[in-house]
Amino acid sequence: MTSNASWAAQNKANTHRLRNWTFAWVLTTALLAFGPRFLWDYQAMFTVAALLLNVGVGGGMILANRAHLQGLDELQQRIFLEAAAITLGVGLVFACAYDLLDSVQLIAFEPEIAHVVIVMCLTFLGAMIAGHRKYQ
Amino acid sequence: MRNRLKVLRAERNWTQAKLAEELQVSRQTINAIEKGKFDPSLPLAFKTARLFGMAIEEIFQFDEEA
Repeated sequence: MTSNASWAAQNKANTHRLRNWTFAWVLTTALLAFGPRFLWDYQAMFTVAALLLNVGVGGGMILANRAHLQGLDELQQRIFLEAAAITLGVGLVFACAYDLLDSVQLIAFEPEIAHVVIVMCLTFLGAMIAGHRKYQ
Repeated sequence: MRNRLKVLRAERNWTQAKLAEELQVSRQTINAIEKGKFDPSLPLAFKTARLFGMAIEEIFQFDEEA
């Protein structure tokens, strides 16, 4: 493999590594969410172990995401960072407003963090698509 | 900023993918630079100039109207 092709290969490897860490994090999150109820009957020791595993794998995912970002070229980094900035802003504004809806009795249910995560994921996806279209 | 990237690439009969490989960036980045939608960083401009064996200002010109 030539050095010219190595950038693309490294980029691909970074993407695969990020995908694997994200998948592992989702699995450990599911283990933490459902394990206490269905697997070990709320025994604290197992729950703490699942929590530590989840946080540890989450740390790995963050580092993989950082490596992925650093491996992108400058235009890709710009698109990614613009999408991340929009997502951060939307997440903050939405989370604060959403949290208030309950206390001011505009909604009858308790706000859930999962809804904020979904909004942030959709925002990031939309911002990435818009970014790629902008520079096409 | 205006640039002569497309012309220089065509003179050498290179595809965008080939130039992207040489500069170790994505093809999308080459396309965006050629269309004037994205201005490269100074290191990438130097790298481009070195690849074509030219001075930076022979490839990239500051466009005051832009």
